[in-house]
Amino acid sequence: MNYLDEYRDAKACAIRLGWIREAVTRPHVIMEVCGGQTHAILRYGLDRMLPRELELVHGPGCPVCVTALETIDRAHAIAATPGVLFASFGDMLRVPGSRTDLLASRARGADVRVVYSPLDALELARANPDRRVVFFAIGFETTAPANAMALIQARRGRVDNFSMLASHVLVPPAIASILQSPDNRVEAFLGPGHVCAITGIGAYESLAARFHVPIAITGFEPVDLLDGVLAVVRQLERGTATVENVYRRTVSADGNRAACAALAEVFDVTARSWRGIGAIPRSGYRINEAYRAHDAERVFDVGEIVTREPEACVSGLVLRGVKKPSDCPAFGNRCTPQTPLGATMVSAEGACAAYYQHGRRPRDGEPA
Amino acid sequence: MSSDPAAAFGACPLPIGATDRVQIGHGSGGKLTSELLERMIFPALSNPALDARDDHALLSIGGARIAFTTDSYVISPIVFPGGDIGELAVNGTVNDLAVGGAWPVALSLSFILEEGLLLADLARVIESVRRASIRVGVPIVTGDTKVVERGSADRIFINTSGVGVVPAGIELGSALIRPGDAILVSGTIADHGIAVMAHRTGLELGDLASDTAPLHTLAAALLGACPEVHAMRDPTRGGLAATLVEIAARHRLGIEIDEAAIPIRDPVRGACELLGLDPLLVANEGKLVAFVPAAAADRALASMRAQPLGRHAAYIGSVVARHPTIVELATPIGGRRILDLPYAEPLPRIC
Repeated sequence: MNYLDEYRDAKACAIRLGWIREAVTRPHVIMEVCGGQTHAILRYGLDRMLPRELELVHGPGCPVCVTALETIDRAHAIAATPGVLFASFGDMLRVPGSRTDLLASRARGADVRVVYSPLDALELARANPDRRVVFFAIGFETTAPANAMALIQARRGRVDNFSMLASHVLVPPAIASILQSPDNRVEAFLGPGHVCAITGIGAYESLAARFHVPIAITGFEPVDLLDGVLAVVRQLERGTATVENVYRRTVSADGNRAACAALAEVFDVTARSWRGIGAIPRSGYRINEAYRAHDAERVFDVGEIVTREPEACVSGLVLRGVKKPSDCPAFGNRCTPQTPLGATMVSAEGACAAYYQHGRRPRDGEPA
Repeated sequence: MSSDPAAAFGACPLPIGATDRVQIGHGSGGKLTSELLERMIFPALSNPALDARDDHALLSIGGARIAFTTDSYVISPIVFPGGDIGELAVNGTVNDLAVGGAWPVALSLSFILEEGLLLADLARVIESVRRASIRVGVPIVTGDTKVVERGSADRIFINTSGVGVVPAGIELGSALIRPGDAILVSGTIADHGIAVMAHRTGLELGDLASDTAPLHTLAAALLGACPEVHAMRDPTRGGLAATLVEIAARHRLGIEIDEAAIPIRDPVRGACELLGLDPLLVANEGKLVAFVPAAAADRALASMRAQPLGRHAAYIGSVVARHPTIVELATPIGGRRILDLPYAEPLPRIC
């Protein structure tokens, strides 16, 4: 396992921490976008090893957290429809909608199955021709190509009983939305490494230029994360704002052309409502006209979806980096992974879940 | 009472925490399981032996100390790399006795069979039970067989109960654990859960197999060389994390673990990376964790390493007086994180 060990090496981390300490002369606020990056930071205790001047805030890079409540409710309604076999990634099973969650639906008799790939869901459809199989397709640009592939194969193979409830979200518009917000504190970004492996880095170059923020396209291992922090800190100290790719072993400037072609074949860009943030124009994918027969939103008429969620929710402040999970008065007492008040506590990639799981309890309860 | 926290921020979506039905997470060994036990089962059935909440009950019968334990096996699939449900059913119950210092004496065996199960499959399981029982030297002395209609059980469920005798002079129990105690593990972790998980998902990752094994000889050797052992546990469902967190919480102890010192096989570590699992949360079926006074740690480790099942035994951390109820890990890069139980373990029907 040399590959993994190299990017988790304690000495390599110590060297980078030293360089970061040398570079920092004043406070900076840096946001990492991906939930996976948030979890890695907390899992290794990286944020507490950085100089106190650096504040890491966590972005909306958790697709589970930001999926619109209406979409969640629609998923629950479809799953409860007789004859439906509802397939999803594990993390979506516990996200609360207006009335229920998928696990509780399963306990009441709905056929809800965990799959690790949309192609597994397609296989389920082939194996169960008498059932209508629906795959819950959420995620950023990273998971979208596999979903596109599943739809392409479904259409080609005439798997008519397969459809997808798609609610993809795109990272660059979310970053723009955060930077345009009046209470924004973020000065630099650790860009999403695996998203960029698909899309390339062009959209981030536009963001860096338009908003004058440095962006380091960053991976997920401790050494990668420190490379990202080092790169943006150096830029912040000298006042530059460009995109640096510090995840070269995975990300190329142009991204994955074949994946992008599959995306263009199946999806249209659309406005999306981000739970906790609100509507962001041109920030998501929906299944296009050519593939309408496999679009669960069109295939299933589940009536009017009446969502029950107040306008304001503190999860949104966490997702935009304005508040930390530990700033929320409900965090760790009324809101825990067993009794989540919002998606950021439910999701495996949510910032609140990460904080809770790795022991960042309310300040006065922290261990010595 | 301060004002409703939700009101301060304009309210959050309502929690879906209350449930009126059993969920799959209730069987996971995580927090949901604890909740079910603490809210519904322990209060209803409370008695001193049960309330000790160790892996087995300790009873005093005619001057002898008898250990009594039971376990049910619902693992799916029933045959997995490294073993099958029959072997698991014998070893698992023997281990619950062994970690209490008890020498296993006899087992009971109950089958619940699904109509339609192939007799050849049943024969295979029975043969595994037979071989495991001979290996341990513990007879199956009583049992029961039930058959339910197709669909009312998944092929085969097994319950085994075991009785053993705790020799005079052996005093073990998690209540004896003290700050300063060394924490030892008898070998590599996560082997069982990962082997089953990889098999279930069809991942061909090479050298993965369950570590199911009877630990009574290893435990006896450890106790022989080191009678000062305070407690032993076998970290099954919920993994090493469940054992450490539960002990820290119940006895208000602090625990500090060196994450890099925890032995784990490379293929298992790789599989955990691929599947997104924390090896600390993954079930083991042939490992024990021992809490020993610091002065005895080297002797204890040497005695385990001299045994076939303890070759990779390692010292992984200590019990501390600091931060009671909290298990803290030193991460491999020099940071720190806190170990907690998940809401529900990600691997249902793992044992």
